[in-house]
Amino acid sequence: MVKRDLVIIGGGPAGMAAALSAHKNGVRDILLIERDQYLGGILNQCVHTGFGLEYFKEVLTGPEYAARFIREIEGIAPIEISLRSFAVALTKEKVLTYLKPGLLQRVKARALIMATGCREKTREMVHIAGSRPAGIFTAGLAQKLINIEGLLPGKQVVIVGSGDIGLIMARRFLLEGAQVKGVIEIQDRSRGLLRNLVQCIEDFEIPFYCRHKIARIYGNKRVEKVSIVKVDDNLKEVAGSEFQLACDTILISVGLIPENELIEMAGVAIDKKTNCPVSGELNKTSLPGVFVCGNSFKVYDLVDSVTRDSEIAGKLAAEYLRGRK
Amino acid sequence: MTRKLTCIECPKGCVLSVEVEKDKVVKVSGNLCPKGLVYAASEIENPARILTSAVLTKGLDLKMIPVRTDRPIPKSRLMEAMREIKNLKIEKEVHLGDVIAENFLGLGVNLISTRETK
Repeated sequence: MVKRDLVIIGGGPAGMAAALSAHKNGVRDILLIERDQYLGGILNQCVHTGFGLEYFKEVLTGPEYAARFIREIEGIAPIEISLRSFAVALTKEKVLTYLKPGLLQRVKARALIMATGCREKTREMVHIAGSRPAGIFTAGLAQKLINIEGLLPGKQVVIVGSGDIGLIMARRFLLEGAQVKGVIEIQDRSRGLLRNLVQCIEDFEIPFYCRHKIARIYGNKRVEKVSIVKVDDNLKEVAGSEFQLACDTILISVGLIPENELIEMAGVAIDKKTNCPVSGELNKTSLPGVFVCGNSFKVYDLVDSVTRDSEIAGKLAAEYLRGRK
Repeated sequence: MTRKLTCIECPKGCVLSVEVEKDKVVKVSGNLCPKGLVYAASEIENPARILTSAVLTKGLDLKMIPVRTDRPIPKSRLMEAMREIKNLKIEKEVHLGDVIAENFLGLGVNLISTRETK
């Protein structure tokens, strides 16, 4: 079996920062695995600005932020990049199995950094009553369809939850010519950054309903309408407050879940509530030599913080490898 | 007249109190840094935003190339700018920062690529 000093899973901002930092700290045999055919991760579909102000002191879009790291990493020979490579299994001995077009690979890592990011919570996880028609998307999926695939998923949109991706997508749909009927947030304020509330919602006078929730989704083949109800401070429905909005599309933007199933498979302790690794220290896990960084360690607001903390993971892995030699 | 604005220059989101006389900003408070002063003046006197979107390609591996205006454009022109972006098509490889549309909408700004195709 192939042996590598350091294997990093995930070629988004976390994985790239960890790889570059591990290299700077002396690791000379690094394999970086990415399931997409490009490096950059979620940044590639985040075409809006707002990245890099802290790390680069400049305002960048997602792809521009990613490009800074892609250019640097591609120039470093000891970092081998394996694209279209999907990790499927991991053991506590740090043996990783991954699929590449045409082959199944196994590699034994001396140290491992997981930079696998998050997935979005779905409709099923927020318990919305009603039928199950087409037209219900997570906000990030809609973002991919518009910005990467060039497809507009709908013309009349209601957004459930006010996470940053939901707010960004409200503006994106509106700019694409769709009608955004409203953003429905059960809490008493936006979950996203204030700046996104201003430049995505207020700029375009999109109705923003705090302390409201979707009571029911209607539609046979495709979403036809939703009913919305006001809730009080104990989140109890207010009788008589129900109203309906006609729409063909619902976006769900209610939070992110760190993807840690691989390390769970290897026996690493995972917090069942947050799906984050149980850890006493940044980027460390219950299994020595297995590190987690970026949004799979904890959900960050800013990519700049992901980069900063993932650099620490690279350094920790380098120290671990030095200690073992 | 005093107006309340939320600064969008960085994720902190300072709430600004802006004193306005005859459509001009005379005093700003609540800002944690000088960016807030510039933002308040621009937002009251000539509100503008950097527009980001994506342009369809033809014959390239990437189906869409993300783009942005290299400087903010008036908020009132955003929808018109989007209609113009829909008319564009990228048919050759581009580098980061390549100009996709020069003097976009006659506004003296360029529409530039934010991703490279190679």
